[in-house]
Order: sequence, then structure tokens, then C-alpha cells
Amino acid sequence: MHTFFLTAALLILGTILLCLYRVLWGPSIIDRIVAANIIGTKTIVIILFTGHIFNRVEFFIDIAIVYALINFIGTLGFAKYFEQKDHTKPEASK
Amino acid sequence: MNIVTVVLICTGIFFLLTGAVGIVRFTDTYSRMHAAGKCDTLGLLLVLIGLACYQGIGTTGLKIFLIAAFVFLTSPTATHVIARAALKHHFTVFPKEGP
Repeated sequence: MHTFFLTAALLILGTILLCLYRVLWGPSIIDRIVAANIIGTKTIVIILFTGHIFNRVEFFIDIAIVYALINFIGTLGFAKYFEQKDHTKPEASK
Repeated sequence: MNIVTVVLICTGIFFLLTGAVGIVRFTDTYSRMHAAGKCDTLGLLLVLIGLACYQGIGTTGLKIFLIAAFVFLTSPTATHVIARAALKHHFTVFPKEGP
């Protein structure tokens, strides 16, 4: 079962790399915020898989809860800030 | 119980992968947001329910359900706030020429 959890964590790491492309080369700031939100969500899953791999789930699950809270508050703060400021236009196109 | 865990986690990883491909491939901010919402709620919920089934009934399984319920509430809220920010600054539906 440990091998399965390790394989699943590595697969999710690959999908994080796919999302990192949109964070780095996104046309507008909104795309970057959305992709960063997704990366934070997948990191919660990776933290839980790490706890299962090391047999310390009750230790890692509190970290996962705090990470979920911080991810939500961070995304909300970024979105509200860029809603007021006009930084949201695409940089490269038009 | 292991079979249920494996099936749920594999389905969740499929949805996470689909969301990532949608974020990379779609041409439009709102379409990317749509793919991101599916990936967030459904993929994470399936993976976390699989892990909770692996843990069984107890404090740890209950906490995993707590994370799942929290993300299930907050992820659509975050997507809604981001979409409102995009709509306020008049993002077009198809930035490149033609759909």
C-alpha cells in the first residue's frame, strides 16, 4: 500500500508541474491566481500522502488543515486586492 | 476496504489530471476557471474520501472528512471571487481570434 501511495503522490506532483506552467507563463494575473489556488489544493493531498507513507498521519493531518485554511485566505486576499487595483489586464496580448 | 481506497484515489487522480490539462490547454480565462473548479472540488473530495476509508472510523478519518467538507465549501467561494474580479475588469471570452 505504501508503493501505491508513493505512486499517487508522484502523479499528483506531475499535475502540479502542469499547473506551474500556467503560473509562470499565464497571460493575465487572474490565470496565475487560479493556477496557484489549484497548486495549493494539490499540496494538501500530497501532505496527506506523505503522512501515510511515513506512518504519521495524525501528525501530518493538522498541517493539512492549516494549509487548507491558509490557501483559502491567501487566494481570497489576492483576488480582492487585484479586484480593486487594475493590474488584471493581460500583459503580452493586446 | 483497500479496493475501495484504490478505486476512489485513482478516480480522484484522474480528475486532478483532467483539471491540470484543462488549465494548460484552454484558451480563455473563464474556461480555465471552469476546469480549475472541477479539479478542486471533485478530485480532492474523491482522494480524501478514499484516504478516510483507508483510515477507518476514528479521529483521523473524521479530520480528513473535516478537510474535505472545508474545501468543498471554500473552493467554490474562491472561484466565485476570482471570477468576479475577472468580470469587473472586462475580460473577454475568447482573447485569441475566433473560438
